Amino acid sequence: MTYDVAVVGAGVVGGLIARELSRFQIKVALLEKCNDVAMGTTKANSAIVHGGFDAQNGTLKAKLNVQGTLMMPEVCEKLSVPFKKNGSVVVAFSEKEMDHVKELYERGIKNGVPELSVIDQAELRRIEPNISDKAVGALLSESAGIVCPYELTIAAVENAVTNGVEFIRNCEVKAINENNDGYVLDTTVGEISAKYIINAAGNFSDELAKMVGDDSIELVPRKGEYYVLDKSVGNLAIHTIFQCPNEMGKGILVTPTVDGNLLIGPTALNIEDKEDITTTPEGLKEIVEKALKSVPIVSTRNAITSFAGVRAHPVNDDFIIGWCDKSANFLNVAGVESPGLSSAPAIALYVREILNEKLELKEKTEYTDVREEPVRFRHMSDEERAELIKKNPAYGRIVCRCETITEGEIIDAIKAPAGARDVDGVKRRTRAGMGRCQGGFCGSKVVEILANELGVPMSDITKFGGDSKIIYERTK
Amino acid sequence: MEKRELVCVACPLGCPITVTFDADGNVESVTGNTCKRGDAYARTEVTNPTRMLTTTVKVEGGKAYVVPVKSANPIPKGMMFDCMEIINKASIKAPVNIGDVVVENILGTGVDIIATNYAE
Amino acid sequence: MLNYDLVVVGGGPAGMAAALKARENGVESIIVLERAETLGGILEQCIHTGFGLHYFGEELSGPEYAGRFMKMLEGTDIDVKVDTMVLDIADGNVVTAVNKKDGLLKIQAKAVVLAMGCRERPRGALSIAGSRCSGIMTAGTAQKYVNIDGYMPGHEVVILGSGDIGLIMARRMTLEGAKVKMVCELMPYSGGLTRNIVQCLDDFGIPLKLSCTVVATHGKDRLEGVTIAKVDERLQPIPGTEEYVSCDTLMLSVGLIPENELSKNSGLQLDVITSGPKVDEYRETEHAGVFACGNVLQVHDLVDYVTEESQIAGLGAAKFIKGEKVTGECVYTKGINGVRYIVPQRINRETDTDVKLYFRVGAVYNNAKIIVECDGKEILSKKKVKLCPGEMEYVTLKQSVISELPADAVINVRVEA
Repeated sequence: MTYDVAVVGAGVVGGLIARELSRFQIKVALLEKCNDVAMGTTKANSAIVHGGFDAQNGTLKAKLNVQGTLMMPEVCEKLSVPFKKNGSVVVAFSEKEMDHVKELYERGIKNGVPELSVIDQAELRRIEPNISDKAVGALLSESAGIVCPYELTIAAVENAVTNGVEFIRNCEVKAINENNDGYVLDTTVGEISAKYIINAAGNFSDELAKMVGDDSIELVPRKGEYYVLDKSVGNLAIHTIFQCPNEMGKGILVTPTVDGNLLIGPTALNIEDKEDITTTPEGLKEIVEKALKSVPIVSTRNAITSFAGVRAHPVNDDFIIGWCDKSANFLNVAGVESPGLSSAPAIALYVREILNEKLELKEKTEYTDVREEPVRFRHMSDEERAELIKKNPAYGRIVCRCETITEGEIIDAIKAPAGARDVDGVKRRTRAGMGRCQGGFCGSKVVEILANELGVPMSDITKFGGDSKIIYERTK
Repeated sequence: MEKRELVCVACPLGCPITVTFDADGNVESVTGNTCKRGDAYARTEVTNPTRMLTTTVKVEGGKAYVVPVKSANPIPKGMMFDCMEIINKASIKAPVNIGDVVVENILGTGVDIIATNYAE
Repeated sequence: MLNYDLVVVGGGPAGMAAALKARENGVESIIVLERAETLGGILEQCIHTGFGLHYFGEELSGPEYAGRFMKMLEGTDIDVKVDTMVLDIADGNVVTAVNKKDGLLKIQAKAVVLAMGCRERPRGALSIAGSRCSGIMTAGTAQKYVNIDGYMPGHEVVILGSGDIGLIMARRMTLEGAKVKMVCELMPYSGGLTRNIVQCLDDFGIPLKLSCTVVATHGKDRLEGVTIAKVDERLQPIPGTEEYVSCDTLMLSVGLIPENELSKNSGLQLDVITSGPKVDEYRETEHAGVFACGNVLQVHDLVDYVTEESQIAGLGAAKFIKGEKVTGECVYTKGINGVRYIVPQRINRETDTDVKLYFRVGAVYNNAKIIVECDGKEILSKKKVKLCPGEMEYVTLKQSVISELPADAVINVRVEA
């Protein structure tokens, strides 16, 4: 198969790039080494749309963050992904930190961040009632928000596939050969030819670049651990609450999520193994200790899960986006650490512009930038529910009791473009198994539905692809 | 003199019981129990321990893949895995009713393996 | 809108017993709504024996015990809808439910019995560090895979938690050919029955490690092993005692939580200790005509007690529907000094019955005394050779004693070691 463009990596960056390119009369493949989209850094980060005051003035990070955050509400609306402009505060606990807050304010203004202000203790307490007594003031960024990064990616890829992009999963690139027509990618699912390659491989973008002789990308894998707390405490924070940043990042934050849970984290630890997404006793302890500094009534008694993600910290501290020096039609989109999620919509546009320097991009006549909202039974009125079940009885069976997810929604998630192929994929698309019981009741039911829809035995179904088998052979 | 330590399961108290054997291997004494039931339990447990066996058996031609079964009476404890082997090879045709015999007189114990649920 | 005198939410042992008892006591129109495809609740997958010794005087398996109640239901005019999930119980006892066949159902009920059972505590609540690989599941989930679906959930198993489900699964997996390496228990004693420790672990040489927990899970895709460690008196892992155990499956049997989302959403306050609604002697909650019984009210260890409790609720619902139920001034119960909680939490002073107070203790006691007192005066005391947290206890208060207590009096129940 020959493509005009192969986008390697179906994280939020690759996904939004694929969506952007799907507008044009070119053949695009989106290659993903895992069994689903959003399986790397995208799956496990703070889910924050940042105001854009952190990055140093004049950097790509600063430019794309401010632009991406401005784009985010519309992108989310078109893709039917919940976005909440809840605003963020960077809290100072001393006068010295207050100076730092003012510095951030100045930087933000220079970066072009709108709706930015420095607030005093009284105002902070008014807008954030559970904040620590020790907080003396804060930087308030009202354009900041929260979005679910994997939902955004799922929706973007779905939209891209609807417009003709080919999504190829379990497709790990092993080697890249160049010839007169472009590139031949040697992958775990066979050879794939493409005239252009866009390297959106996240933590592995350095390795992918090396396959075309480019060893300029220097990344440090940096692990962050998080706790997710129950919805019953989701309102402990109204804004995203940051502490003053340091050289390792933005510190431990306390934030509501768009789904109404409370998220606390991340730690920041440079590690050797970029695939190490294990949580550690020390890390989990650190999260709680530091989160308590901001919001003293946070408690892990309400924890429903913990997780860790690895972000690709670029040594030069800025996004690496541009043509590779060593290979003509190879475009790097690397080192996209925080504020990568915020910047992703702007990165997609930026990449399209760069690609357009070499490849003529003509718009398709038939194209949609809208992804219809999937059925969300839990958000419907009784009348809507009655109507829905009449049309399709599968919506009349509740599979996940904690989150009220129906069989119909799970089948939809599997049948969708670039749909779910494993239990975690169903969970991310529907929330089945994400509630209090964490799939205790519905887990086996979801396995059964996946097996039925995919036409395979239950023992073939995995948690997240690879060898993540859920069950083995028959007992009898 | 040989001794064996047991925990009584006759009631929730869980008395620690010591059974002492004579030179011929016969029970000489039972100590540590606080009631007669404990004595009886200990003597059976050291001479001829038995257990209820519960597992599943494959269903043929039904909606369910397996149906639960039990030994109608306790079987010798030492024969549990041998019995499992027989049950794992057996199957029963749907529809199944509670009490249907799946394996008759398993391994000559005089005990039947019977279904404990319905299967369509 | 459908109309029923009584809507029973849940068709497990609790719901079935409550419905039958209400019917026996003259309630004309009853409907049982069950979310699974069959009646029986969790008993359907509990294929081991040991059920029914108290109630039927026989040792039955779970499906057999449930089967008897299903037969009894079949012989009545009680309506049953399976595969039906209740979404909401609104003020005025309007029940909203949903299923494939009827779509959205609205039912006006005179009384409602909550019998939704309980669920298992998941891994997330434990904060075990490590990877999110597959192979970590609750013992109940594993039980369903083995006993209902007929699949092996793993081959080398470590079980965390020595509650009865964990012990039962240790034997079950062993019989099916898996290697169960150990059962780890955080507490210095097991939460399971002695009989299960002997017959599920000792019989197969499976070690029970007390004061021990799993501190980390390892494995990229499927679980490859766990790190266990000893814990101190504060239940914190002791550094230096870590040990790696290879396994492909970690089964969790770390507690049950009453499934009260419906109750909470309908505005019922839950007892902090039981995590179930607060009820009176007929298991009526703080909402008039809404009753609760079985594991949704308090986690039981014996299904026989679930049946007993549900019959009380069924009788209470019948009395309520017929306008015969006493309500008015109450006395309140409170567990202190080693008694963790009491069900019921309140008793109508003018009640027409003797009342059993059910409770659990917080530690193991030998040769202790249960003392019931009110206003410093002892009402009764009961000697117990052994008390342990794993077993529910009760004392019975005479109707005549209750009626003599002043309104709003607090009845304290405590352990004297």
